[in-house]
Amino acid sequence: MSLENISHSIDNWLYNTFDPTIALLIEFLIIAVCVIGLFAALGLVLILMERKVSAWMQVRLGPNRVGPGGMFQTVADTVKLIVKEGMTPNNVDRFLFNLAPFIVMIVSMVVLAPLMFAKNFQIWDINIGILFIIAISSVSVIGILMAGWASNNKYSLLGAMRSGAQIVSYELSAGLSVLCIVVLSGSLKISDIINSQANGWWIFKGHIPVIIAFVIFIIAVTAETNRAPFDLAEAESELTAGFHTEYSGMKFALFFLAEYVNVFIVCAIGATLFLGGWMPLHFGTANKFNEVMDYIPSSLWFFGKTFFLIFVIMWFRWTFPRLRIDQLLNLEWKYLLPISMFNLLLVTVIAILKWHF
Amino acid sequence: MAFLKNYIKNVFGAVRSSLKGMKLTGYYALHHKREKITQQYPDNRDELILPERFRGEVVMIHDENNEHACTGCTACELACPNATIKIITKFDVTPEGKKKKALDTFVYHLELCTLCNLCIVACPTDAIKMAQTFEHSVYDRSKLTKVLNNPGSKIREGVE
Repeated sequence: MSLENISHSIDNWLYNTFDPTIALLIEFLIIAVCVIGLFAALGLVLILMERKVSAWMQVRLGPNRVGPGGMFQTVADTVKLIVKEGMTPNNVDRFLFNLAPFIVMIVSMVVLAPLMFAKNFQIWDINIGILFIIAISSVSVIGILMAGWASNNKYSLLGAMRSGAQIVSYELSAGLSVLCIVVLSGSLKISDIINSQANGWWIFKGHIPVIIAFVIFIIAVTAETNRAPFDLAEAESELTAGFHTEYSGMKFALFFLAEYVNVFIVCAIGATLFLGGWMPLHFGTANKFNEVMDYIPSSLWFFGKTFFLIFVIMWFRWTFPRLRIDQLLNLEWKYLLPISMFNLLLVTVIAILKWHF
Repeated sequence: MAFLKNYIKNVFGAVRSSLKGMKLTGYYALHHKREKITQQYPDNRDELILPERFRGEVVMIHDENNEHACTGCTACELACPNATIKIITKFDVTPEGKKKKALDTFVYHLELCTLCNLCIVACPTDAIKMAQTFEHSVYDRSKLTKVLNNPGSKIREGVE
């Protein structure tokens, strides 16, 4: 009973019972419910994880009152946010102000489509999967700019502008390090990229250049999701909260949720590209070891790798102090971009000469 | 060439110092049970461990004979930045018939005190110290005005 079998049997049953159009519509509905459910679950789990990880790194206890070990803290927070008044301040651009959180949210929902959560368990196996992800994920900056502009607040506007500069510049090096894997695997399709790692993950097969690409990818996506040490967009101590200063209640919660879901998505992409997605850990000839690894379900592999990367990004957040805007842009344009361009060249040479394993 | 050398040095230095920081926080994340310093305050009121230099309130040290070391010199009163301490002195008559200045009442206004520790530093005979008690809330403000010397206490022999 793997996720693959379940989804296939539901699909077969639907198409045998109803006519194709209605079956397709029902599948859309099921997917929408699943995605929303996943979002809610991710928000609860990741926020609790963040609070616990931060507490441990700062030698604190973290939430420990609601439920065993503080397990229901985020549930209580969510209930509070839902019943809170969703206020719209005077003199804001009402339409854009109310639209912005939904744009940010919808973008992260759409990016979820080509991700492969387990073996052959995917919403949409589009043949330009990676391109689709990169293209759509940059739309979220529009939502952030919209929120900052519509708020009629100078802190929000400053935060949004910083966020725009940051996302536009860091997208380059994220894209270039993604290209390294595309060059090696020769495909933009997510399932092809994962299948090309059946005999070893790219981070092991691709020598040092892929490791450099992985590090650059992690740094760049940390910046792209506006998380510390690159959280200038919402720098609490300088801009109060940046682009979502004026938001309250559920609209604020949507921004908050979108941030964490974006972290999950970029970590899932990193796990797919560099750590083999749902592929179990295999070493060339150690057959016994490989068999044992195959027994672990593919969905566990995927979520394990993703949550490991999420932990790494949280680790960044609670270790490094926030960068200044000039340091941020220096890091991107003087260091990450030249290095990743040179790195892409190296990877291309490796791919052409077939030096990788 | 020097530029390139500098550039590579910068990159490696950045990576090294970042890893160093992450090593420390990673250590804390793994050892948070051992390293944690948080006190679960209302739950562990009985076995609460406070730091040695915690400053709760000013108290006067009395020994078992109900004797203190305060000479009534008012150094603490002068050192206090916001008039928390008021010392009322009297004149004792020594056996030789000389008059000697001594402490009558040590009035301490906890409601004014900032717990800055300057009075303890100023005291030449170490007669007062900071106590570890901190649950000071009362319903009446006048209860915060305290007399620190015990009734009937007198100065210890030999303290000048």
